[in-house]
Amino acid sequence: MSLMFTEFLRYDFVKIALVAMLLMTPMYGMMGTLVVEKKMAYFSDALGHSALTGIAVGVLCQWANSTVSMIGYAVVFALLLNQIRYREKASTDTIISVCASVSLAVGLAILSRGGNFSNYSSLLVGDVLSMTEDDLKVLAVLFVITVIFYVICVNSALAITIHPTLAKVKGYSVRWMENIFAVLVAVMVTFSIRWIGILLINALLILPAAASRNIASNMRQHLCLAVFFSVLCGFLGLFLSYFVNVATGPVIVIFAGVFYFATLIYSGVVRE
Amino acid sequence: MKKIVRPCGLHCIKINHFGVSFGEQVVLTDVNLHIHCGTLTSVIGRNGAGKSTLIRGILGEIPHEGNLEFRNTQDGKIRKIKIGYVPQKLQLEAAAPISVYDMITSFRSRTPVFLPSKKQRLRALEALEEFAAEELIDKKVGMLSGGELQRVLLAMAVMDDPDLLLLDEPVSGIDKNGMDLFYEKMKYLKEHHDLAVVLVSHDLDYVARYSDQVILLEETVVSSGSPWTVFSSPEFKRIFGGASYELKKEVFHEPHVH
Repeated sequence: MSLMFTEFLRYDFVKIALVAMLLMTPMYGMMGTLVVEKKMAYFSDALGHSALTGIAVGVLCQWANSTVSMIGYAVVFALLLNQIRYREKASTDTIISVCASVSLAVGLAILSRGGNFSNYSSLLVGDVLSMTEDDLKVLAVLFVITVIFYVICVNSALAITIHPTLAKVKGYSVRWMENIFAVLVAVMVTFSIRWIGILLINALLILPAAASRNIASNMRQHLCLAVFFSVLCGFLGLFLSYFVNVATGPVIVIFAGVFYFATLIYSGVVRE
Repeated sequence: MKKIVRPCGLHCIKINHFGVSFGEQVVLTDVNLHIHCGTLTSVIGRNGAGKSTLIRGILGEIPHEGNLEFRNTQDGKIRKIKIGYVPQKLQLEAAAPISVYDMITSFRSRTPVFLPSKKQRLRALEALEEFAAEELIDKKVGMLSGGELQRVLLAMAVMDDPDLLLLDEPVSGIDKNGMDLFYEKMKYLKEHHDLAVVLVSHDLDYVARYSDQVILLEETVVSSGSPWTVFSSPEFKRIFGGASYELKKEVFHEPHVH
C-alpha cells in the first residue's frame, strides 16, 4: 500500500491534483449542504451547463481567457435566474429548465460552427491532472472566501430556507443573501469545470450533501458528514482513477453515489 | 428563570390608513387600528376579507399605503417597533436535518449553527421552557406535530422581546384541548410580557372569550371594539349571518380599558 502511495505521489501534477482535491471537496461538501436544503440542485446543475455558453461568449468576443468568460456568464446567468424566480409565480423548475436549455442551445450553436465542437469536448469530462500551481492559488483564495461566507452566512441562509418572511422580519436581507449565494455557487461550479467536467460538476456538489442528509439529524452533523464524504470521495476517486487510468470526475461521483445509497439503506434500516 | 415583564400599558401601536391593492384589485382600504400593549386583538372576517393580507402588510412583506406608528403614550416618543411573527406552517420536509436548536439559532443568534455553543443552547432551552417545549430541542423541525411546532415557533417569536406578536390562524388543525391551551397561553403572554398580540382567527367562540378587542374586517374595518360590541353589531350578523351564532353575554371577555 505504501508503495502505491510513493508511486502515486511521484509526479508533481499528482501532488497538485491532490492538494486541489483537498481544497475543492470540503468546499463542495460545505456549500452542498445549503444547496440541498434550499432545493437548488437543479439550479446549480443549470449553472454548470451554462459554462459552455460562457465559453461561446468568450469565443465570440475573442477573449483569450475562457475561464473568465465562463465565470462571468455564469454569474450573470445566476442573477438572472434569481430575478426570474422572484418575479414569476410559475414553477421554478420549469423556468430554470427553459432558461438553461435556451442558454445551452445558443452556446452549442456557437461552439459547433464549422463542426468544431470536438475542440471543447474535453470540458465535458474535465481533467484534474491538468491543474497548474497558479490554478491552485486561485482555488485557495476561493476556498477561503467560501469558508468565510459559510461561517458568516449559514444562519441567515438557513433561516431564509425555513421561512423567508420570518427571516425578513428578523432583519435578514433575503434578496441579497440569495444573490450572493447564487453568485458564489456559480463561481465555484464554473471555476472547477476544467478539472471535473461539465457533466459531473453538479454531482460533486449534491451527492455528498445528499448522502449526509440521509443520516444527519442536525446541521452540525449534516455539515461534518457532507465534508467528510466529499473529501473521502475526492481522495479515493483521484487515487483509484490514477491506477485504473480513467477520468477522475466519474470515479469520484461513483464513490459519492455508493455513499449515497449506503446511507439511504442504512437510514431505512435504522427507521425499521 | 425567564424574566417576566408586566405590560406597562403605555405603548400603543397605531395603524393609519392602511391599504393594499394587487394591481386593479383593492384588498384593503383605509384600515385604521389602535392597539395597546398588554391586549389581545383578534381579526375576524370571512375568507378573502383581507385578514392575512393585513398581517402581511404589517410585516412589510407586501407594499401598502398608510403607516404603522409605535408610540409611548406618556412621553409621545416614537421608536422602531419590533415584531414577532408566528407563521401558520413551515415548508420543511420531515427528512431535513434541521433541529429545533438549529432553527432557533439561525433566527436568534450570530453563532453559526454548526458550532457547539453552550450559551446559545441554554438560551434556546430557556425560551422553549416557557412553552413546555424544552424536550423538543434536538428533534427535527420537520418531524414535529402541529401543536409542538406552534409552541416552538411561539417560543422563538417571544424570545426576541417583540412589541407586537402577530399570529396568522395559529390554531388550524388543533383539537379542542390544544385550542384551550393555546388561548390560555395567549392570555399568559399578554399578561407576562410587554407586548400586544394580534391574531387572525376563525374560532369565534375563543375570540369571544379571550379577546380584548375584535376587528371585523371586510376590505376595511367594518366593526371594532369589545367582543360583545362587535358580535352584536349588524355588520357581524350580515357577515356571519344566520350561522346562528348564539350570544351569551356571560361567556364574553370584558376587557379592561386602558
